[in-house]
This record gives sequence, C-alpha cells and structure tokens, in this order.
Amino acid sequence: MSRYLLRRLLISVPVLLGISIVLFSILALAPGDPFGELALNPNIPPEVRFNLRKQFGLDDPLVVRYVRWLAAMLHGDWGYSFVSRLPVQQLILQRLPTTLFVLGSAYVLALLIALPVGILSAMKPYSLFDQVATTFAFVGYSLPTFFTGLLFILVFSIYLGWLPFIYSSTIEARGFAWVIEHLRQGAMPITVLGLFEAASLTRFVRSAMLEVSHQDYITTARAKGLTEYFTILKHALRNALIPVVTVVALQIPTIFTGAVITEQIFRVPGIGSLLIAAIESTDTPVVMAITFVYAALVILFNLLADLIYGLLDPRITYG
Amino acid sequence: MSLDEAALREWVHRVVHGLANRRAFLRYMMGLGLSGPFLSHLLATSTPARAQTPRPAADFVPTKRGGGGKLRLLWWQAPTILNTHLAAGGKDLDASRVVYEPLAAFDPDANFVPILAADIPSLDNGGLAQDGRSVTWRLKKDVVWHDGKPCTADDVIFTWEFAADPATGATTTGTYADIDHIDKLDEHTVKVVFKEPTPFWYDAFFGHRGHILPKHLFAQYKGQEARNAPYNLKPVGTGPYKIVEFKPGDVALYEINTQYHVPNRPFFDAVELKGGGDATSAARAVLQTGEFDFAWNMQVEHQVLSGLERGGKGKVLITPGASIEHIQVNFTDPWTEVDGERSSLKKPHPFQTDPLIRQAYALAIDRRTVAEQLYGTGGQPSSNFLVAPPRFVSPNTTWECDPKKAAALLDQAGWKRGSDGVRAKDGQRLKLVYQTSVNPIRQKTQAIVKKVFEDIGIAVELKAVNAGVYFSSDPGNPDTYSHFYTDMQMYNTGPGSPDPQAHMDRFTSWQIAQKANNWSGRNIPRWSHPEYDRLWKQAATELDPVERAALYIAMNDMLITHNVVVPVTWRHVVSATSTKLRGMDVTAWDSNLWRLAYWYRAA
Repeated sequence: MSRYLLRRLLISVPVLLGISIVLFSILALAPGDPFGELALNPNIPPEVRFNLRKQFGLDDPLVVRYVRWLAAMLHGDWGYSFVSRLPVQQLILQRLPTTLFVLGSAYVLALLIALPVGILSAMKPYSLFDQVATTFAFVGYSLPTFFTGLLFILVFSIYLGWLPFIYSSTIEARGFAWVIEHLRQGAMPITVLGLFEAASLTRFVRSAMLEVSHQDYITTARAKGLTEYFTILKHALRNALIPVVTVVALQIPTIFTGAVITEQIFRVPGIGSLLIAAIESTDTPVVMAITFVYAALVILFNLLADLIYGLLDPRITYG
Repeated sequence: MSLDEAALREWVHRVVHGLANRRAFLRYMMGLGLSGPFLSHLLATSTPARAQTPRPAADFVPTKRGGGGKLRLLWWQAPTILNTHLAAGGKDLDASRVVYEPLAAFDPDANFVPILAADIPSLDNGGLAQDGRSVTWRLKKDVVWHDGKPCTADDVIFTWEFAADPATGATTTGTYADIDHIDKLDEHTVKVVFKEPTPFWYDAFFGHRGHILPKHLFAQYKGQEARNAPYNLKPVGTGPYKIVEFKPGDVALYEINTQYHVPNRPFFDAVELKGGGDATSAARAVLQTGEFDFAWNMQVEHQVLSGLERGGKGKVLITPGASIEHIQVNFTDPWTEVDGERSSLKKPHPFQTDPLIRQAYALAIDRRTVAEQLYGTGGQPSSNFLVAPPRFVSPNTTWECDPKKAAALLDQAGWKRGSDGVRAKDGQRLKLVYQTSVNPIRQKTQAIVKKVFEDIGIAVELKAVNAGVYFSSDPGNPDTYSHFYTDMQMYNTGPGSPDPQAHMDRFTSWQIAQKANNWSGRNIPRWSHPEYDRLWKQAATELDPVERAALYIAMNDMLITHNVVVPVTWRHVVSATSTKLRGMDVTAWDSNLWRLAYWYRAA
C-alpha cells in the first residue's frame, strides 16, 4: 500500500512538470499584454508600457521565464499579479472561502438529490417515477448553466423580486441575519450549479445501480431472505458506488477552482471569476497559478479515488 | 494684518462655506472702506458653481455631513489596485479616487476646480510664471490624512518623486517627467519648475493622474519596492471616504471621513463599489431592480438601455464625451514586406495615397446611421477628429454622406468597374481589409461601411481582433492596432486630458509606428506633412491659449481635408443612475467619482 502510494506520488512529479510546461508555453504564446488601456491614452508615453513589459519580464525568452517561474514556485512563491501587484496566493486565498461555500453547497445539494433519485429510479426502472426522473435529468443535463442562470435571474430577481442577483462578499449583518443573507444570495448560484451537477450524477447513479442489480450476488442476497433495504444499501449500493466515486472525486477539484460561467453571471467573487478576469487582462501569473493548482488537484483526487476503491471493494489490492 | 489677494480669496471662500465668521469679515472689509453691496456681491460670486443640470425645486440639498446611508456603486470591471500611479485601468482610477485627491480637478467643461489646492494658479494671482516654466501651488491648510497626519507640501513633492522614478514603474510617469524640480516655499506652498516652458502645466497633480500620496507611509516604498506597499490595497488618503475593506477584483468598501476638509460633506455614511460581471446586467441592477445606485460606462446598445429605463428605478445619464470613434486610412502598403516589416514607409499604399480615393471613403460612410442606430444618445456624428473641449473644436469642417458622389470620384480617378462589380485600374483591384476590435457595435459599424463600399465598387474584407490583442503593445504580434497590417482600421480614442497636445501627436512625422521603434510610435496611419509638424511644434511652446486653440483647429482641419481619418462617432460618457441620486457632475476629463464628496440622494 505505502509502496503503491509512493510510486504514484513519484509519477505525479514528472506529470506536473509536463503540465506546467504545457500551460506556461500556451500562456506565453497567447498574444496580448495587460497594458491595452494604457496604449489608448495619449498622455501615457509608449516607453511606460515598454518599461512595464520589461519589469514584468515579458520580453525575456520563454525558457528563461519558465525556469524563473519554476524556481520561484519551488520556493513557494507563486508570483505577483501584473494588475493588482499583489502576491498571487493572497488573491487566491481571498477568493477561496466564497468558492468553497458556493460550489461546496452546490455539490452537497447535487449529491442529496442524485443519490436517492438515482437509487429509486434504478430500483423500479421504467416506472412513472423513473420516467419523470430521467426526463428531468436529461433536460437538466442539456441546459447550460448560463441559460438557467439568466432564467433564474429573470424569474426570481426581476419578475418576483425575491432574491438579489449580485453576490455581495461584504454582508454586514451579524448572527442569524448573516446566515439568512448568505443563503438568500447564494440560493440562485447554488441551485443552478447543484441542479446541473445533480442531473448528470443522477444518470450515473441510476445506470451504476441498474448494472449492479442484475448481478448474481444481488439475486443471492434476495434469495437468502435479506430485506430489500439491506439488499440495496449493503450489497447493491456499495458496489455501484465505485464508478460514482470516480466521477465525484474528479469533480471535487472544481470546487476549489470555481465555476467560471456561473460566477460571472451572478458576480460571485470566487476563483472562477478571478480566472476569467485574469485571462481577459492577460495577467499570466494568476492564470498560471489557478490552472496549475487545478492540475495538481486533479492528480491528487485521482489518487484519492483509487484509494477509496480499495475501501469500497476489498477485491482491489495495491501491489 | 496684511491681506494679499490669495488670502482674501480664501477668507471669502471660508465665509461662504460657513467656516469663518461672516460678521467679522464684513466688519473688517467695511474698515477697509468697501461698501456693503460690493461685499455681498463678492460673497455671492464666490459661491461654488452649480451642477450643470438644474435641480427640481423640491429637491433637498444636504446641509450637514453624513446621514445619507450607503451609496452602492456598480462597476462592471472590478478594481484591482487602489493606487492610481500603478494602475492600468479606468476602474482602478475610480476606486482610488474615493480615497485620494489631486490638487485640482476638471469639471464637465474642462474648467479647473481646486480640490487640495487653496486656489487655481493663474497669471493673475501670480501662480503661473510668465515664461511658462513654473507653477506655484498654495495648498489648503486644514487637510489631514485619514490617519490624522497633516497633508503638506512634502507630500506633493514626494508624489512627484514617486511617480517620476522609473524604477517605480508608475503608469503616470509621463505626467511627471517634464518636472525638473519642486521647491518647497513653505509648509503649504510648492513651486513646480518645469524643464521647458510648459503650456500644458495642468497635467501633474491634476485629475486622476494627480492623486497626492502620503509621504509618511509611502517613503520606504519608492522605486522597486512600490508594488510591495500595503497601502496599494489599504490606501490612506485625504478624500471624502476612508477605505474599510478592499478585495481586489471584487469589491471596495468605504466609510465616511468625518475629518473631510470640505464642510458639511460628504453626505453618505458609507460607499460600496462592487465590480465584475457585464455591462448589461449592471445596467439592469441600476435601472430595473434598483439594487445599485450608479453604474459606470454603460457600453450597452441603446435600445436595450432605453428598454431597461422604462423600469422607472433609474435613468441613463449622458455626459458629452471627448473621444472619437474613427476610421484610419493606411498610407503604406500592408501587403508587401520590406526589410522584415509590412506597412513600411518605404512602400506607399497602392491606391490610398490618392486623395480622391480617401475623399470617396469619407463621402460614402453614413455617419448618421451609425450614430443613431448603434449609439443612440451615447454618440453623435462628427466632422472633426478633435471633438472636445469646445474651445479646441473646429467650426470649419462639415461632413456629408453621398455614395453617388463618392462613386463619381472613383470614376474620375480612373477606377472602372470589372465584371464582378469591383473597380480596378492598371491591374490593381480596389479591395481592402478593414479591421477593428471585437465588439458588437463595432462589428455592426463594419457591416454598414462594407455594404456601402461594395455598392460603389470597393471590395471589403472585414476583420475583428480580440481587444486584449488588438490594443496590446506586443511587438511580436502582427494583429495589434499599432502594426496596422490592414488597409483600414477603426477604434475609439480621445485626448485623455483637456490639453490635446499629446493627442495631436498622433500624426507627426517623428511618431510614425515602425519596426525601428517596436511599433510604439503614435502615428499609425503613417501619414505625415511638414505643415502639420510645424503647427504641432508651434503649439508645444505657444503660451497664449487663444493662439494655441487656433493651432489645434488648424491641425484638425488638415486631418479632415486630407482625409487621413474619417471621424465616425463622437462618443459620450454613458452612465446609469438611480432617479434619486444627485450632484454627480460626471466629466469626460476625470474619474466618474471626482465629485463624490458632493453626491447626495434626494428625498
């Protein structure tokens, strides 16, 4: 087990290096710089822009820039944002709580819907409940979040006027009122994201459960007189969870990196909106940091998913 | 007690604003032998200028500081840094302006308004030197920083040192580069000495490039260390509101500055400036749902805006702008490479150097349709390149849209239609590529121009480049506006300050953008004319304002008669505001929030 873990961790080092080289090259090849607005102002001489480009090291060869970035990264220095002139970690840490709250809640909501609905659908396939659930899952999966998000704003903010559509990270209320305010403004983005995730997860849970329910050991469990409850939870669900865990584990990194589109629509000041703003202003250090963290998290959670398999299915061993 | 003019002015000012005893003032003046009616006239003329929009009679003008609740501002680009000297975007200038102040600012008519200065230097009050080499500023004496320390001449001098130091990497360096040194005459008086006679003395310490920084906090963060200053995010200024919390890229929260140097101001107890999202939903939040009080830079199609305005919660505020959406004609050949660069001066454009062709372009473009259909109240057709301030606007130019006349000019120039409807002459087809940045309104403008050009026999290929790339200064990218590797291009630009000297530098022969200067030159059409160069040089040192205005008008007229550019739309400043908000006095010359201390909400 520990040898397996060590091997996997060692393999991930070259993988991360490779990813960082690819990311860095793509960002370096992408055209543009953060000084467009300066260029249009005649009172700012062009030398100012060229001086800034030089200060930020934008004119150095790619290899030099990469080695400099890597060396700093190994020291735990993620670099400076070009536009905020602020350490990148500070920018990311500032955004993390909001993203964790919104996306974390959305995933919890998704699981709360997907697991029971998926199990129930699979237990009685092609029943009325299953038909309705699959239809909704299909519709929910097909509607992009930028559409449902705008629809929610139109209905709940404009026509009904119940919920604010601009997310505020500076709510002044204290105690209970603070919680209420957070839930009120979080309601729409969380629901939009939660329903979208729930739709795809439901389909996964349902198909995994369906597959398992035809296995011999389920028939055996029923034959030896176990209650339906025990059969489903103890025998079917545990086995069905393996593919579901993979899907969920691979989604968890996005909880940290934010949902770009939904955050933009609701002005949620999360990591996703930081990423899109950084891309728009060609703030390379910030883009690099977020994408790299995302890559690292994907690798980490892949490993975690592999380890959880062992807990769920004792037949899997690590050699 | 001696009383010079400046001191008298300040006394009048203090009496008018209720800071000094009116009766004592009158008694002293009577003692000097001045009559009562004259004195009341003196006091009346010193009353601060009223906002340009007359207020409804029932409105309430706040008479005391605070009590206004919270003001909610929505910027669809989020501020990322609160130090204008290091900032790259307009959003940052606005968010910094809440906290910091310049010595003086520009009102909507580009008049000077003293902010931290006791008065505006002029030839009359001796503030301006006759030779244009120095300016003497007298600062207000009762100004304190948010941390309680007094704001003095040292802070003004330090601000210059900070911004002018190349190691700081300040974006305002250019503004302060012309200053040779600053003498401290006393704690509240500085004499700014320029390297050359400078007619444009109202740049340094003015408006959003003039924010005064506190020396006692920034002293150790000059040069390389500038980016490490914690005060870039937690600024300590002199402005009407103090920073409470700032999250870069998200929101800035401010609270009232109870020590503010203008009596009975500001009105609001707190200000929130939320950033991010998109322009349309920002307009919606102000005009339709009323969640916010004011939103900036409404780059939204005007039909959408007027639709939202029917919600009744807010209205669209139009302020005359200073920028011109214009089409540039390339005078060099963008399709032939000479010594590693296209659009080289060594290879003139195959047909656009013919004045008849350029005249045909100008005649064919329907500026009214573009302005009315696409910009609505946010823009108007223009016959000038230099559209503001009013004293520099040429009365000599006109424009017309007459495609038939344009076609006749092309015939006259010898361009005959081929079988495919495209004109040609000596084997050269009249075919051009017309580029601009990605932006829905610009793409619609392109379509309108393409349609009429093709009607008169000019083939047009449209090209749209991502704005981040188009306006970047990347010397390696052929798609930037300054490379100008196409025949025609269109973008928006303006003087950026009430003095157009730098703006008009865009057509001088020494500014031509080329490989040799990494395409950093400002003259992008690559047109040049000795007469234009001469006019520009003369304006650079001309101290007489009337003479100077005449020079700028002459320069503008040359651009128009030579059809170097085709002005398309004079763009205005469009904001969305709550119907109850008053006193904004939005100006095209300064931050949207330059007058924030005077904003209030009507009952």
